[in-house]
Amino acid sequence: MSGVLAVLEQRDGVLRKVSFEVATAARRVGTKVDAVVCSSPGPEACATAIAERAKSGGYGVVVFAATATGKDLAPRVAAKLGVAVASDVTDLAAEGDAIVATRPVYAGKALQKIRVLGKPAVVSVRPNIFTPDARASQEKPETLSVASPGRVVVREIKAAPAGMLDVAEAQVIISGGRGLKEPANFKVLEDLAKAFGGRAAVGASRAVVDAGWRPHADQVGQTGKTVSPSLYFAIGISGAIQHLAGMRTSKVIVAINKDKDAPIFKVADYGVVGDLFEIVPKLTDEIRKLHG
Amino acid sequence: MKIAVCIKRVPDSEARVKISADGKSLDEAGVKFVLNPYDEFAVEEALRRKEKAGSGEVVVICLGPAAAQETIRTALAMGADRGVLLQADTIPADPFETAKLIAAELKSATWDLVLLGRMAIDDYNHQVGVLAAELLGLPCVTAVSHLDIDGAKGVAEREIEGGIEVVEFPMPAVLTTDKGLNEPRYPALKGIMAAKKKPLEVKPVQAAAGKLEIIALTPPPERKEGKIVGEGPAAVGELVRLLREEAKVL
Ligand SMILES: Cc1cc2nc3c(=O)[nH]c(=O)nc-3n(C[C@H](O)[C@H](O)[C@H](O)COP(=O)(O)OP(=O)(O)OC[C@H]3O[C@@H](n4cnc5c(N)ncnc54)[C@H](O)[C@@H]3O)c2cc1C
Ligand SMILES: Nc1ncnc2c1ncn2[C@@H]1O[C@H](COP(=O)(O)O)[C@@H](O)[C@H]1O
Repeated sequence: MSGVLAVLEQRDGVLRKVSFEVATAARRVGTKVDAVVCSSPGPEACATAIAERAKSGGYGVVVFAATATGKDLAPRVAAKLGVAVASDVTDLAAEGDAIVATRPVYAGKALQKIRVLGKPAVVSVRPNIFTPDARASQEKPETLSVASPGRVVVREIKAAPAGMLDVAEAQVIISGGRGLKEPANFKVLEDLAKAFGGRAAVGASRAVVDAGWRPHADQVGQTGKTVSPSLYFAIGISGAIQHLAGMRTSKVIVAINKDKDAPIFKVADYGVVGDLFEIVPKLTDEIRKLHG
Repeated sequence: MKIAVCIKRVPDSEARVKISADGKSLDEAGVKFVLNPYDEFAVEEALRRKEKAGSGEVVVICLGPAAAQETIRTALAMGADRGVLLQADTIPADPFETAKLIAAELKSATWDLVLLGRMAIDDYNHQVGVLAAELLGLPCVTAVSHLDIDGAKGVAEREIEGGIEVVEFPMPAVLTTDKGLNEPRYPALKGIMAAKKKPLEVKPVQAAAGKLEIIALTPPPERKEGKIVGEGPAAVGELVRLLREEAKVL
């Protein structure tokens, strides 16, 4: 089996958590894994550098993270290598000479198993699915140097307010829906998030994003983000199929809803039926006690 | 402004997914198909750009089966000027093959702007736009949620984890559209009537097998049977205990 090229991500010089997942996924399909990062404000330049490295190194597999950056970069690299990306995969294995990948399709209502015949095979892995192994944290990637950024240039990154964790990266997500009744009530969920001490982010259903209560960046679901945290709270969310599309691969799902027949209870591991305004503050107290 | 928009016919997101006897594909019986929701943003953006420029043409291009004429008619009813159906019985499993066919069609003219959706809601590939742009040698920005075009220069915003990227690029370009870019219009009755008379060219195409081979399509694993812990605030203590001791996530 030929080598595997793991394309890691960093921001402000620090490797992102998903990079360790990429390295871990890479080791599933090969023993010789080389890791690279590319830091250029131009995705075109990075794509050229990575494609050249993939070719000159004769790698059999190239692994990306299916993050906003990876989803943009992977197909640029793949096209230069004459193949497509097996994108957003949740499982990956080497079977003989080929790579076999599993990916959720149809809003997570089915899993597609595909054989990736391209040489190299280019895949991107869904964040929060591949648990980093012990070796991952020691990853020392080679930095690819890039001369000019190319035609497409990132001029600025408007960062989210400090201390705000992105739903796509949080270990715990507290999502709220129309059951919150009005935007100010999201404070109840923010308090619960705070009780988790920096590990939790507040998410939202599309109904409350469309109503302008919450930013689109917080939306979970088919037209929002796909998340797989360790713990997902759906609070005052009915559980429409398009919402489930974004969170059904979460490890543990808790639903709090006053309607005992709400579809969210069908996917929840634990459900509490009742008024969220009575239940959530109590829960916040209990979590605070644990962490305090 | 001459703008091309690539649109895909996809199962409605509410559709029940039943797997065909071959174990590899969707059983389409009784499934309602729609214009891919992300492509609605692309069509809307094209119409607004043309309206703003005061003149131009919006051409929609779709690779799909004969039934995709209906999808094209939807875009024509929104206001696109004409459509091209690259007709194939099945859409290739390998998005590179799709991109090749789309790029070949796009090469037959010059465009001021090419728009696609960020992703198709059936295959979740999010890549046909980038692949087509690479094949055409055009600059590409993906998942655009805000767009300013000033002559030969464009500035786009795209959401990334924890922030928003502001990206500059030269025109003409290939852009893929995300939610937030605009509010797509509903086709009005007048538009629906007009769409019936707009040109729709059908070109049969042959897609190669490609390098991604579907081995199986299966239902997702059932989530372990969940439990209702209880009712009201009285259930909170037990919930926390279960999260700690059983699920071990606290
Ligand atoms: C193409 C398409 C894409 C879509 N994409 C997305 C997407 O990305 N993400 C998404 O979320 N949706 C998406 N949707 C919308 C989706 O279909 C639903 O409309 C939406 O998820 C509903 O949001 P909700 O659960 O907040 O609201 P509702 O369905 O109105 O549910 C509110 C829930 O709150 C409960 N409730 C009310 N008061 C209380 C209380 N006091 N205590 C406890 N519970 C209470 C109610 O019982 C109810 O279950 C999409 C739809 C389409 C057509
Ligand atoms: N068969 C197709 N015909 C026309 N456009 C397509 C087709 N497949 C994908 N696209 C375009 O490419 C975008 C991304 O699709 P995908 O890469 O499949 O997720 C879609 O939103 C469409 O704009």
